[in-house]
Amino acid sequence: MIPRRMAATMLAAGVALGASAQSSPEAEIAKYREALAAGNPAELWEARGEDLWKQKRGPKNASLEACDLGKGAGVVKGAYAEMPRYFADADRVMDLETRLAHCMVTLQGFRFEDATKRVFGAGTNRSDFESLAAWITSEARGTTMNVALAHPKEREAYQLGEKMFYFRGGPHDFACATCHGESSKRIRLQDLPNLTEKAGAQLAYTTWPAYRVSQGELRTFQWRLNDCYRQQRFPDLKFASDASIALTTFLARNANGAAFNAPAIKR
Amino acid sequence: MADPMRIRAAERDGVVNVKILMSHEMETGQRKDASGKIVPAHFISKVTATHQGKTVLSAQWGTAVAKNPFLEFNFKGGKKGEKIAVTWEDNKGETRTDETTIN
Repeated sequence: MIPRRMAATMLAAGVALGASAQSSPEAEIAKYREALAAGNPAELWEARGEDLWKQKRGPKNASLEACDLGKGAGVVKGAYAEMPRYFADADRVMDLETRLAHCMVTLQGFRFEDATKRVFGAGTNRSDFESLAAWITSEARGTTMNVALAHPKEREAYQLGEKMFYFRGGPHDFACATCHGESSKRIRLQDLPNLTEKAGAQLAYTTWPAYRVSQGELRTFQWRLNDCYRQQRFPDLKFASDASIALTTFLARNANGAAFNAPAIKR
Repeated sequence: MADPMRIRAAERDGVVNVKILMSHEMETGQRKDASGKIVPAHFISKVTATHQGKTVLSAQWGTAVAKNPFLEFNFKGGKKGEKIAVTWEDNKGETRTDETTIN
């Protein structure tokens, strides 16, 4: 999809740039973002997600309303700000999407393979995960990030995630830290958050999921990591894998103390 | 059936500000899919907004409008509690109407 919304806004930004030649590219990018934020289509996913959460589906004809996201069965408000976390019923640390897949299996009776057939949407083929995540994360907007690392398995996941973040590999000898270990860098229009610093880690983590204007899709944190791995030419990061959860745990914990502010809108 | 729109309408000093998010693919008919075939054009061609049954905005759209369009406009004369209805129709004849109350 050609990002027409972006093209129009950039045209406007270009005119503004001509008028005040001194303003920095970063300030112009901020203006562009502001123009986009007025009508965030993420709301369309939020509405669909809320509906999906309450719909009776699957072989067991059950809704997800009994799904425990860590604050008790069916409690959605603020739940995302404390994830990933350890779930005793699955004896595993889980992020939101993994937990949703778990609930689709245990409550609705789907097979895991069927439930996770479409984890990332494309066009009219929507992903239930992206819609559900949009709504559930919107219910955590304004909540302070608080990933506790109280359970030994949570600490284990954090440590593994930290190792993965600094692990160099692949044909480009890349680590996550190669792009995200220095401040004030960007690729084209995108700021590269420095995830080794508190402020950068907080700003980055609290603005996912996000509506990607260039794709016309709402993207979740699993997608974000998956695409980082693709860009690093690493092997595919498997959806709901321990590796993906470990890296999420590392990044989520480093954002502790910041107010969660997603679904956001990004280029 | 198309997904519902999100409509917000707020009155201030006699002016009603309406914000509408529509869920639509808005295909231009210029793109090709993975197998090289043209993806047929599919876009909203007509948008109408009515206030208490009276048209306050009517627009003809084309392929230059983005996917999942956002539309914002103001009009005079609306009061809190009154109804705003928005209808779009696309080039395949699909249509969707949603309404909201001004607050």
